[in-house]
Amino acid sequence: MDFKQWDGFNKAGEWTKEIDVRGFIQANYTPYEGDAKFLAGATEKTKKLWNEVLELYKKERENGGVLDADCKTPSSINAYEAGYIDKDLEEIVGLQTDAPLKRAIMPNGGIRIVEKSAAAYGYKVDPETEYIYHNLRKTHNDGVFEVYTPDIRAARSSHLLTGLPDGYGRGRIIGDYRRVALYGVDALIAEKKVELEILDTDEFTEDVIRNREEIGDQIKALNDLKAMAEKYGFDISVPATNAKEAIQWLYFGYLGAVKDQNGAAMSLGRTSTFLDIYIERDIENGTLTEEQAQELMDQFIIKLRLVRFLRAPEYNELFSGDPVWVTESIGGMGIDGRTLVTKNSFRVLHTLDNLGPAPEPNLTVLWSNNLPQGFKNYCADISIRTSAIQYENDDLMRITLGDDYGIACCVSAMKIGKQMQFFGARANLAKTLLYAINGGRDELSGKQVAPKYEPITSEYLDYDEVMEKFDVMMDYVAKIYIKALNAIHYMHDKYSYEALEMALHDRDQDILRTMACGIAGLSVAADSLSAIKYAKVKVIRDETGLAVDYEVEGDFPKYGNDDDRVDQIAVDVVKSFLRKLEKHHTYRGSKHTLSILTITSNVVYGKNTGNTPDGRRAGEPFGPGANPLHGRDANGALAVMNTIAKLPYEYSEDGISFTFSITPAALGKDENTKVNNLVSMLDGYFKQTGHHINVNVFNRELLLDAMDHPENYPQLTIRVSGYAVNFIKLTREQQLDVINRTIHERI
Amino acid sequence: MTDHIKDNNSQILKGRIHSFESFGAVDGPGIRFVVFFQGCALRCKYCHNRDTWTVNAGKEYNSDELISKISRYKNYFTVSGGGVTLSGGEPLLQQDFLLDLLPKLKKQGIHVAIDTSGSFPLTDKLKEIIDLADLFLLDIKCINDDICTELVGVSNKLELEFARYLSDINKPVWIRQVLVPGITDHEDDLLKLKDFLATLKNVKKVEILAYHDLGRFKWENLGCNYELDDVPNATTEDVARAKKILGLQN
Repeated sequence: MDFKQWDGFNKAGEWTKEIDVRGFIQANYTPYEGDAKFLAGATEKTKKLWNEVLELYKKERENGGVLDADCKTPSSINAYEAGYIDKDLEEIVGLQTDAPLKRAIMPNGGIRIVEKSAAAYGYKVDPETEYIYHNLRKTHNDGVFEVYTPDIRAARSSHLLTGLPDGYGRGRIIGDYRRVALYGVDALIAEKKVELEILDTDEFTEDVIRNREEIGDQIKALNDLKAMAEKYGFDISVPATNAKEAIQWLYFGYLGAVKDQNGAAMSLGRTSTFLDIYIERDIENGTLTEEQAQELMDQFIIKLRLVRFLRAPEYNELFSGDPVWVTESIGGMGIDGRTLVTKNSFRVLHTLDNLGPAPEPNLTVLWSNNLPQGFKNYCADISIRTSAIQYENDDLMRITLGDDYGIACCVSAMKIGKQMQFFGARANLAKTLLYAINGGRDELSGKQVAPKYEPITSEYLDYDEVMEKFDVMMDYVAKIYIKALNAIHYMHDKYSYEALEMALHDRDQDILRTMACGIAGLSVAADSLSAIKYAKVKVIRDETGLAVDYEVEGDFPKYGNDDDRVDQIAVDVVKSFLRKLEKHHTYRGSKHTLSILTITSNVVYGKNTGNTPDGRRAGEPFGPGANPLHGRDANGALAVMNTIAKLPYEYSEDGISFTFSITPAALGKDENTKVNNLVSMLDGYFKQTGHHINVNVFNRELLLDAMDHPENYPQLTIRVSGYAVNFIKLTREQQLDVINRTIHERI
Repeated sequence: MTDHIKDNNSQILKGRIHSFESFGAVDGPGIRFVVFFQGCALRCKYCHNRDTWTVNAGKEYNSDELISKISRYKNYFTVSGGGVTLSGGEPLLQQDFLLDLLPKLKKQGIHVAIDTSGSFPLTDKLKEIIDLADLFLLDIKCINDDICTELVGVSNKLELEFARYLSDINKPVWIRQVLVPGITDHEDDLLKLKDFLATLKNVKKVEILAYHDLGRFKWENLGCNYELDDVPNATTEDVARAKKILGLQN
């Protein structure tokens, strides 16, 4: 391949011969080791445009959360006419529908969910559309429930398995949107055609046939993408010529994906350093200034902040605050030792200053101890002022994932364009423990959910007996969990295939698929087992013999205090559960992985789980992700971090989430000290092999005031669990959970 | 063999500890692991750790147990230039234990700060402890001895001698004073404090800590009367004013 658009690029390596974005980056990027002084403020154009968006946000809030919705046209890549906020002000164009914040329906996932979502905001789906999806076109949701077995249904409705993507799009697939800019769509189509030729095999197996059909869909999606861009007046069949086009092309790729799929997480990938190459080339040519470069990035980010989906209230209960997880991974180190930080890594973070804080895009810094000091300080400074950044351990992930991976959703790392995941939500291990004690009966309903076996009948719980039964119950949960996920992903591929996102991936046979399972209630399970082992736990049973409450006599080591006696229990539970999952065959031969991440659903899971042997009361929220239950950590933040860092990443490669909140005063006395302390804390945590941390710096009083006066805090952003939210968009219950959580404030 | 015997000794010698804070960002340079010792002889009316006063409470640890706890945070100390801060309560009430603990911390290369009132006679034992510490966070309760005695229950004579001694041997010190509105904020006293500090050659930092009543609930939990009921919290402006009088930069 050779294109005039590539003039000035270093063509060494394979990237001109085959699709190889990483090769292009490595041959062409300019590491930046300096500080933030070069950054430019927002241009007048950007400010005007952003103010218009803020007005739209306000109207959206006043309108009950949804500004407008098209409930007739099923969304697809090219379903809508071009839409604008204010055309003259827009440097980067493209909206999901024909107007900003107007939501689309995506019934391939399930028509009933669409109807519910629409109804929740006072809309009604067009009768013709309803007719089609009820009678003519089967959906993912239909397919899944057709094949679900009674045990899966029971586990699901009793909240043993929670948040499964059987009623919403699975998401968590990152298309390599950079390919659109670097190669143009025609070259990508040509590559897919080669793939088809390879799949013209003698053995025409089911796999081959499926692959060929999928590639057909991918080619169609790429053609649709071109047509969509044409409506905005751009020909993206060829590569991008300059920085502005590169951002535009890349954004069109992403836009196509969010027009096509209402995935739980629609992440962007790792784009800023890639784009920096174009910006640097333009600046060198004298065709772009720093102000203009920042303007392009600001406007790109504005577009990402406008992504919306029409979602059901149940979904919002699980994942509050209307998140989209437009996760952008920033920084990190290359395997050759050069930093992947560029000036554009700063620019993308700088949007938080130019436009003010926001939950989206989900800005994720890939932290290495070797990152340039100037960048570390800048990140910490922005974190302290905005609470809008999360950090993940590049030194840990680079070992297995190389230097061109990105984060999908909150903490799930995957090689860009070479890996995808089957999102699997999570199993409630706190409840699993209660089932072990109750012989498979649900502690709240009394129903026999898991197969009946001998419950524990002794007055006091014996650790060995509980562990033996817990082990058996985990076996059972692992089995039905994988059964459910296999059904879900089979049907998702069949009825709601992510053709565009997968078109921006390598050949199917080279793609690593993971079956991303998860754990909820880890700290509750660990504390409960610790109480049983180190204190005395008396069982209180109802008249049917069901254990409904526990009395703890004496003290016991609690998760979150860097105490090996209990932390090791948590480690063992994680390892053991993954091994049990691995016993079961997965759809498409995907690799079993595990996350310790609850997103915000720790509130819902807790609500549906009875009293636990650690003294937690029924209905109380779990700790988010891998956090301790709030109030259990008595030795400050680093002790919590030391506990969480013990959880083995090798056994939870889908991520281990830790949400940390501290008051500004507790972080240090002056601004410099605060920055230094936060940088040191991150360096230390990641050296201890911690995987992920959300950093929040705020006062409790601020949040309380925001609860009472939401109108004064339109942009108040806080990190919850692998993503950020507008605080005022949380439900009251979730707001209280955040406020009650440990905010480290000892001074 | 000698190590073994030593270990046996340390098994016997125990420190009484109130609690730990693994992320101390305001008690010495860098990130500090703060050990709050149990027990204090002073009776500061503004104390925000009222629950640390009783000498016979807390939990007992030997020095090795503490070392193994503290050394888990070395990664944070190294990068931040931090270390351990022994606070309280009053760490210098447990001098035998400190003589056992401090050499072990030294051996691990961990920076040690001691947060104290300094109200102790300068015995040889105390001098040995002072020698082993890297930094002192010294509370000058109030330079006016009448106010000091009324506010904290003892004269400031010993703590000022303590400060003088640290200066004589050139031991780094951060001087701290809690600014209690209407009590420790009189201009003439602050000027006297300024004069006194000018005679010390080892002062690395002077911190004015704004009085706040966040510790009040601890008094109430213990059923104790909180005497500073009518005293308002010190404001940022109050602190700025005091700093100005002391000739400190903001």
